[in-house]
Amino acid sequence: MYGQGILRGLRITLMHFFRTYLDDLRYGLRKFSSNENFAQRQGPQARGVFTVQYPDEKLAVPERFRFIPFLIVEDYDHPERPGHDWCTSCGICAKVCPPQCIWIVRETDPQTGRPKPEPEAFFIDIDICMNCGYCAEFCPFDAIKMDHDYEMASYDRTSHHIFDKEKLSKELRYWRTIAPTTAYEEMLARGGWEHSDVIKERKKEARNAQKVPRAERLAAQEEAGTAAANGADEAAAVAEPVAAEGTSEDPEQARREQKRAEMKARLAARRAAKKSN
Amino acid sequence: MSELELRELQDTEFPIPEDLQNTIAITSLSRLYSWSRRSSLWPMLFGLACCAIEMIGTAASRFDFSRFGMEVMRATPRQADLMIVSGTVTKKMIVPIVRLYNQMPEPKYVLAMGACASGGGPFKEGYSVVSGVDKYIPTDVYVPGCPPTPQALLHGLITLQKLIDGQSLARMDDVPWYGVGPSEPAPVPILGPDIIDPRQMELIRQQAERAALGAGKAAERAALGAGKAAERALPDVIVASNTRGLEAPETVGTAATGVAESEAADGEDPEKARRIAKRLEARARLAARRAAKQGGA
Amino acid sequence: MTEVVAEAKGPEREENLNTAEAGYQSLKERFPDAVSDDAREGYSGILVDATHLPEVATAIRDELGYDYLSSATAVDHLGLEGECLEMVYHAYRTSGGPALVFKAQTDRSAAEIPSVTPVWPGADFQEREAWDLFGIQFPGHPNLKRILLWEGFDGHPLRKDWREPYYEEEHKPFDSRWPGGKVFRAEETNLFGKNVQYPDDFDLGQLADVSDEALYSGLGLGVNVEPLANGSSNGLQTDTIVVNMGPHHPSTHGVFRMVTELRGETIHSLEPVMGYLHRNHEKIGERNAWLHNMPFTDRLDYISSMGNNLGYALAVEQLMSRGARYKAPPYRAEVIRVLMAELTRIVNHLWAVGFLLNDLGAFFTPMLYANNTREKILDVFEAAAGSRLMCNYMRFGGVYKDIPERLRSVANLVNDKIRDLDFMQFLGELVRDAIPRAIDELDDLLTENEILRTRCEGVGILPAETAIAYSTAGPLLRASGVAYDVRRAEPYSIYPDLDFAVCTRPNGDIYDRYLIRIDEMRESVKILKQILPLLEQTAGQEIMPGGKPGAYMPRVPVGEAYGRVENPKGELGYYVVSAGDPKGPQNPWRYHIRATSFINLTVLGTLCQGHKVADVVTILGSIDIVLGEVDR
Repeated sequence: MYGQGILRGLRITLMHFFRTYLDDLRYGLRKFSSNENFAQRQGPQARGVFTVQYPDEKLAVPERFRFIPFLIVEDYDHPERPGHDWCTSCGICAKVCPPQCIWIVRETDPQTGRPKPEPEAFFIDIDICMNCGYCAEFCPFDAIKMDHDYEMASYDRTSHHIFDKEKLSKELRYWRTIAPTTAYEEMLARGGWEHSDVIKERKKEARNAQKVPRAERLAAQEEAGTAAANGADEAAAVAEPVAAEGTSEDPEQARREQKRAEMKARLAARRAAKKSN
Repeated sequence: MSELELRELQDTEFPIPEDLQNTIAITSLSRLYSWSRRSSLWPMLFGLACCAIEMIGTAASRFDFSRFGMEVMRATPRQADLMIVSGTVTKKMIVPIVRLYNQMPEPKYVLAMGACASGGGPFKEGYSVVSGVDKYIPTDVYVPGCPPTPQALLHGLITLQKLIDGQSLARMDDVPWYGVGPSEPAPVPILGPDIIDPRQMELIRQQAERAALGAGKAAERAALGAGKAAERALPDVIVASNTRGLEAPETVGTAATGVAESEAADGEDPEKARRIAKRLEARARLAARRAAKQGGA
Repeated sequence: MTEVVAEAKGPEREENLNTAEAGYQSLKERFPDAVSDDAREGYSGILVDATHLPEVATAIRDELGYDYLSSATAVDHLGLEGECLEMVYHAYRTSGGPALVFKAQTDRSAAEIPSVTPVWPGADFQEREAWDLFGIQFPGHPNLKRILLWEGFDGHPLRKDWREPYYEEEHKPFDSRWPGGKVFRAEETNLFGKNVQYPDDFDLGQLADVSDEALYSGLGLGVNVEPLANGSSNGLQTDTIVVNMGPHHPSTHGVFRMVTELRGETIHSLEPVMGYLHRNHEKIGERNAWLHNMPFTDRLDYISSMGNNLGYALAVEQLMSRGARYKAPPYRAEVIRVLMAELTRIVNHLWAVGFLLNDLGAFFTPMLYANNTREKILDVFEAAAGSRLMCNYMRFGGVYKDIPERLRSVANLVNDKIRDLDFMQFLGELVRDAIPRAIDELDDLLTENEILRTRCEGVGILPAETAIAYSTAGPLLRASGVAYDVRRAEPYSIYPDLDFAVCTRPNGDIYDRYLIRIDEMRESVKILKQILPLLEQTAGQEIMPGGKPGAYMPRVPVGEAYGRVENPKGELGYYVVSAGDPKGPQNPWRYHIRATSFINLTVLGTLCQGHKVADVVTILGSIDIVLGEVDR
């Protein structure tokens, strides 16, 4: 019979219409109040209305969610290096960025004129950024991460859309809140909640401590003080990015890079020794 | 009407007893006008690129911007209040976009959705991409992201509503359409060997003359390149602005000011400086004329 | 399991290779003067002398049976061996098997290659693109004018010596970014503060906006008064009128434009006009490093970004496999890839069906129903890849990360409401229950609807021969009864292990194109149901070779490769050339996208002839285009 198909279709739209009210009956006003019902409404089995009442309720974003990148700094109440940048300005994020929206100024030591493993300035033009997440994926220090804050609409882009270091920096604590599982996995890979350089330094110290007799060790520690620690820290930081680059295909280049890294490490160590003297 | 909206309407000058605040609101005519206007913004059914898919997602049942009075997406500019520029603006497309903008009746708003519409985005370096729709039409709200999620777009729309809330019938210099007489249409660009902005005709002519004199494009490029290679001071705007809060009201609604600012910041080029001065002068003249008219009325 | 399959596949592959080799051999025998082997390292196929191209092409089609021209594109060899412009053609048989690759070279200063459009009409738009972007003339082409840029544009941008206004450096990464990265906006370096440049001899006085005139020149514009003047009018006269649809039109699926010439309400001729979203993927792609291009592929067909990722990964892996240290993607990675590709197919077809109905005037209801299911699949993408649309999930040799355990994080308290679901459980419920239910519902809602049937049946009929000749692909081709699916014709990933049918429909009208999408969604669900146990079996296995992330700046061996996948909209191909640095360059020399939507549009004009204006919208909807892919 002509019209049967239309009627069948209408039955479906009618069912959709009633289903919204069925849900209302089942949950009553709780439907919009408790978190569990919100989850039910957004789950795979949901029927009926599943509108998110933004801004009153918001969909939680998943851990891997990518928006604008941000820089991780040590917690502001960290006992040793509060607010210290995790970024060592190795430049991998700037290189791997597809639209090239990251600018990094590497800090130089005012006395020696040599580069220091810290960024003096860090800029991201969020009008160019394509939220691809490569910077976070390839950062060897877990120092740049993708933020989950998407509520950034503004009235003016000339002044608001180039983020500088101050605006980009967020505490490690923040990253642990928004992506607990990922942060935990990264911690396991690093071996602790500290920056990988700090961890490496600790391990080195422990190794040295085993080798040298106790009395001597104490004396050396006193002598070297914190300066040596800083220096070695720096050496490792400079060596690391170059080593990471070595993953590229070409064996010759890898060898060259390894050599360069070695040289740099040696140089930094020497400098550290000089400083401690 | 929910109590939330009533409180939004409330004008604080006239205090109302706490227990009546959910039922009564005293407000000014201007506030009521802005409120009703912002509660029934009709966006234009107009998608450009990837962001358009998220815009449709926002219009669909999960995020549903009809909750903000925007369900009537109009395909014709004549019936639209809001142009959501959702995606990459190319040189070929900017011509129809400016025409569409001119066809929209006032009051009209433009929301640049995503990195591409705001400033060229990942495709900025491409030869046929316009680096920001605000180079040709005034833009009110920018929503960053590539693409912004539906919730980010909703946040942008709420931001726009706040902007409209702040506009007043009494202050004529707030927005062009509360002034007397029709406002100027945005000049429609022309497709020549490259896109031509009619406002830059004079500059293009001068450059062509210089080129004819033998300076040439290559020389000019070299000069620009040298400038780039030299230690470049960070533009003041960027440094100053990053500390400023989100609610910087000065440049609201007039992207041109922002552009002028950024141009003024690197004003080594005398040509550019002259042009900016001229533009500022013209703007001052306009303001004076408006003030005179206001006085007369 | 994989080994067994490889064995089973082996002999068949070899035989196919033999046929391609046999083809080259017989061509060389037949045209000893015109045809020679392409002996360059890493290249395959034959070089055809440009003057003899039409004869050779005809022989390839008629005598060797390569009836389907998949891709025709140009490469600029400036600074390389030969210093020429080269057209590269990939022809296939619709019965399956590998490509027959042939090339024709021409001088850069006076580039001219005979058109193959008379042999394969599907080359029409691709040759126009090559003229537009490379400046190669094609004598014999019926309508050679610019396609992506406008008439009057200065230069041919994909030539290696052409530089854009914001030119910074030949290759990424740019030196200015690190270590002395003083930030700047590109417009600050431009005299005009915009992304523009003008030729030195530019005379504003001569300026005329010719961009549209050229478009209309072929059409009889204006009122035709001749019959009236001659007095030979018998009865009512109708004039031809030209109606523009788009670029701003609600039913063009983006910024697409059709110039139609109407006689009454009937389409006399229709010309698609595109380029309103031309974002220079290919020029930017040649500047990018290999990995940089992956997120850009997301933005081609932005409804099905996972499929685009897969195609690009396959193309580059093809090149990389020639390197000594290459390791193939692990099995689990392949499983995840297919999972994502098939979910993408469902997402795309839901969207396509919803918007086809929109175009038919069933405003929004079917589209909203379809979109509800799509949103749930997007949740899966967002949880796995981090973004709803722009997934950027595939990597060379595997995928970005293993699928997550939970859909949302338990402790993610930044946003207030939590949906914490087990990922596999969510996926299982989706595949076993929610998606099939949604497909059935759409089927019930629409398929038997009399209005839909009257509007669609017998409208926009595309016969099988025309479909093949015009190089259409995907559902459009299969709805015309040609069982051509890259997943079966030239299998990739783990598709040979999977049980699914290549759906076809006999009539080739809009209704069949609608039905085929419903069929394909059902087949995808069938595949997904086979994938779920595989996912569980392989849980915990590595997703990148050696369990390590790949290099961020990989070097890719010199040569060319054409990787193609069956994307939801049809065959998506990537033609990549790695050249220059003998050690393997960091950047592609050529990065071409064989965009399905773009090539499927070639047939639109023919398809619409004789139909009413209202049908044009529906026919376009049934082709299912995405402008990001059309204009690139």
